[in-house]
This record gives sequence, C-alpha cells and structure tokens, in this order.
Amino acid sequence: MNPTQLRFDLRLIADMVEPRTRVLDVGCGGGELLKYLRETKKVDGRGIELSMSGVSGAVRQGLSVIQGDADTDLKDYPAQAFDYVILSQTLQATRNPREVLEQMLRIGRHAIVSLPNFGHWRVRLSLLAHGRMPVTSSLGFAWYDTPNIHLCTMDDFIDLSHAIGAKIEKGIAIDSSGRTRPFSPPDWKANLFGENGLFLLGNK
Amino acid sequence: MNLPPALVPGGDDPRTSACSTVELGPLRLDCGVVLDHITVAWRTYGALNAAKSNAVLVCHALTGDQYLADPHPVTGKPGWWHTLVGPNNLFDIERYFLICINVLGGCMGTTGPREINPETGKPWGLGFPVITIGDMVNAQALLLDHLGIDQLFCVIGGSMGGMQVLEWAASHPRRVFAALPIATSYRHSAQNIAFHEVGRQAIMADPDWKGGDYLEHGTNPHRGLSVARMAAHITYLSEVALHRKFGRKLQNRENVTYGFEADFQIESYLRHQGSTFVERFDANSYLYITRAMDYFDLAAEHGGKLANAFKGTNVRFCVISFTSDWLFPTQESRSIVHALNAVAANVSFVEIESDKGHDAFLLDEPEFHRTLQGFLDGAAEQRGLS
Repeated sequence: MNPTQLRFDLRLIADMVEPRTRVLDVGCGGGELLKYLRETKKVDGRGIELSMSGVSGAVRQGLSVIQGDADTDLKDYPAQAFDYVILSQTLQATRNPREVLEQMLRIGRHAIVSLPNFGHWRVRLSLLAHGRMPVTSSLGFAWYDTPNIHLCTMDDFIDLSHAIGAKIEKGIAIDSSGRTRPFSPPDWKANLFGENGLFLLGNK
Repeated sequence: MNLPPALVPGGDDPRTSACSTVELGPLRLDCGVVLDHITVAWRTYGALNAAKSNAVLVCHALTGDQYLADPHPVTGKPGWWHTLVGPNNLFDIERYFLICINVLGGCMGTTGPREINPETGKPWGLGFPVITIGDMVNAQALLLDHLGIDQLFCVIGGSMGGMQVLEWAASHPRRVFAALPIATSYRHSAQNIAFHEVGRQAIMADPDWKGGDYLEHGTNPHRGLSVARMAAHITYLSEVALHRKFGRKLQNRENVTYGFEADFQIESYLRHQGSTFVERFDANSYLYITRAMDYFDLAAEHGGKLANAFKGTNVRFCVISFTSDWLFPTQESRSIVHALNAVAANVSFVEIESDKGHDAFLLDEPEFHRTLQGFLDGAAEQRGLS
C-alpha cells in the first residue's frame, strides 16, 4: 500500500504516528488507516467501528476491530494502553466530546483528532448572509438530519484541550483546496482559513 | 439386564463406528471426583502438519456431536457444519486439521451417563458425577496430549461450544493461538437456567425416566425429552423467524379442529423436532450437559471479575453475536469484549445482522461466514500457515 492510495486526511494523520507504536483508531471504518500503518510503520493497531460492514471488512483484512463507539467503549481500556488514540472527523458526532477526549488521553499517551472547523470563513459568511444553518462541503447536512451534534470551531477545541489539561503538540489547518499549514495556537488565521483542523495532543 | 444394542459389551456401536475413540485418564473433575478412565470419541478432517501447528478444535453445542461434516451415524442427517468444511472451503481441510470431540457427559461415545460404569457394570445414569464446562475442556486437553498437539491454531464454537472456547482461552491460554467464541456468554443467565430447568423437569416428570435408570428398565423417557427439546427449540429461533416460517398457518387442514391435535404448523414442527431428537439423544445426557452450562460462570471463577480470566493473554479473539439472538444476546458478547479490552487483549468483535435468532450460527449467514473466513485467514497468516 503506497501513500497515494490513502485518503488525504488519513495520510496527514499517519504522518503523525511514530513507527512500531500501539494505535487505537476510533471510528476506523473498513480499517484503511490501520492497514496502512501496519504495512508502512509496523504499528500494532486496534480499531473501534460502529457499522457491521466496516468491522467485518476490517476483520477480513486481519485487523483487530470491535463493533462499538467512542462514547461507550473507551472506558474499559486500561490507562496508557496505547501510544496514539485517533479520532478522525468524529468528535463532533459524539454525545459527550469532553469525556471522549479525556478518555482518549487516559488510555493513550497521545490523541490525534481531526474535525471540521465551524469557524471557517465560509461557514461564518454563510450564516451571516443567509441567516440559516450553514451547509458546506465539509458540513454537508441540514440541521435536522446531521450526525454532527457538537460542532465547534478550532479555537473552541483548543479551549477544551486546555480545559482538560492536554498539551497541543501539533496543529495543522487544512484549507478548502487541501493546502496544509502547521500552526501553534493562538492563531486567528488558522481558525478563519482552516476548513478542517488536525491536532496532536499529549498529556501535560 | 436389558441393554440397548449399542451398550452390549463387544457389540458394534453405530455411534462410534465412523469416528475414533481412545481411553484416557485419569481426569479430576471440578466436583472432586476422579475418573480413572474416560473414553473420548472424536472425528478429524484434514491432516496435521509436521509442525503440528494447524489444528483447529471445533467445539459442539448442547445437542451437537463430533460429526461436524459427515452424516450422523444414527439419523443419517448431514453434519451440523458440513457446509463450511472441505477443500478451499471456510474450514479448508487442505490447510487445517479439524478436530471435533464429543463432550464429556455426551451420548455419542465419550464417557457420559449412558455409558457403563466400570465399577458396577451398569450404565452410570444419575450415578455419573456432575460435570462442568471446565471438565469438558480438560477432557479435550487429554486428547490433545494423546495426539501430541501442544498448541491449537484455533478453538471455535457456538453457544455451549463458545463457552468451551472461553474456558480454553482462560484455563489453557498457552495452548490456544486464536479463539472464536460465537453466540455465547461467559455465564449462564437466570433466563437461560430457567429454560434448562423446564427441560429437565419435563424429562424427570416422564414415568419412563425411572429415576434415571431407564436403560436398565428397558424404557425411554422420550416424551419428556421431546418436550424438553420443543421448549429449547423455541429459544433457538427468533419471533420474526418463527412468524415468517409458520405464522398462524394450519397443518394440512382448512379449519381448526376444536381439539388438541397439532392444528398449527408450528405445533407440528415442534413435535417433529422433539420426536427426531429423541432418536439420537440421551435424556440423562441432556440433564448433565444443561447442568454444566448452568454452572458456567467464568467471572465468578475469577474473583467476580471477568477481565481476570484473561489477564496477560496472548490469544487473538474474534467474538461474534447475532442481532436477533435473545438466548445469548449481544450484550453478553459485549461484556466479554469489554473484559478483553480491559486487559488490552487482541480482540475483534462483530454483531451480525440476522433475524434467525440463536441458531443463526448454524445457518447460512453469508456475512457471518465472510467474517469468520477473514479472521481465520488473518490469523493463519500470523501463524505462518499457508
């Protein structure tokens, strides 16, 4: 498996993971990232996925994946069982994002989180101009059927990270054309021009 | 004494004419009794490789037996997982060496209440010691010693077979590379015990049961055993599956008869299930094996905490449940998975969508089979089996 076969945002996540580490991918889908990490970085990976088809697809590739979700299935793992716990584009869809993030940093030395940025200028402009809940390329749902029940801006996420005592080790803003820009908060430009944010968190 | 032909010393026993048997022992049981000699009846498919690393132990359920893939010697019906066994099949017999053992307490050749107690020369009957899932597994371990197999590539089983899988992983972790507990639990629930008790009471209420000594009396408590099977069979199916198959359809008649014949197809079906079951199964075996399942509680055996049963385990687990299984609901499998997570074990878990109830693990469920296949392939690769 070469890097170009992996979804762009997953590749950025993979770049944050050191070789020969233990990784838990929460919401791992069919296991694309875990498979890539196993083959290119000799990572010992585990996954959690909600859909039967995703789990069964991952198991078929020899990956260790359980059917479950971030809200209920993180609390059983022992502390510091993993080097990295990954949550990609899912935090905003959890019932209790704060607890999920705390659990991630309890069971992992690092947490890697990517999320759509509600502070992106398009979202701000859309709400200002139309007065309706924004529907954009990274937030493609109407308010009544969106799974994203806890949307936040990048600055909101940074505040939460500080509130739970996490250290932001890396921040990457990704704009709508896929350009990436590393940043250290506070950074108003990242929150305005980043359509998606990607963070590597550590325990203080 | 009026023994059935199968028990006459020196007679050809059709139950074991198509499988292997061996005398092993001693076996110390959980109840404290030591059986100096036990007979174990088993069937194998495929060949053991030179490294003895390709053995797959398939554990049968309550009323199953060692005839996994070939016709049952008494009923002539195909083996209970025959659709999955063969060259290039899920259980590829060119790759794996499958072993299926009749459980201790069973009635297809392995020592159980139906066999002769060497001390009395009569069938054990209720004189047979009460056995546990752990005893069944220890009997299987004696056979593996006899076959010179140190580590199983995989232990797999559904329902009571899944209990044996969990027991294997907990008690003999070094002898198991991969474990697949399917549609099972780490302990029998109150509801499970309740259904079993109904079955046992039905058997014991049959006057032909004769306090368990029916073999000597030349009787057969077939009515009681049949009722036990009918009640149990309902628990193996889902309401949806029952309704789809039978609904309120009448059996070969236009109208109800205002009597107690089998007016409804479901009644007729259950009666048929009951009557065919008694041809091949022993009533006392049913008592003993259901009891073993009732006593099973892997958490209680480990200080009340299931995770303790798997501490430090290197076994790779794949836990599978079915959405419509109300006998061993998914929550039971989740508890197993949570316990395995708590010790950071290597575990996969899938809940397969199926409306076929508990029996789904014995039926044609493509997604289930694809998952099994995927897990086995992955584990085989890790074990270096080609």
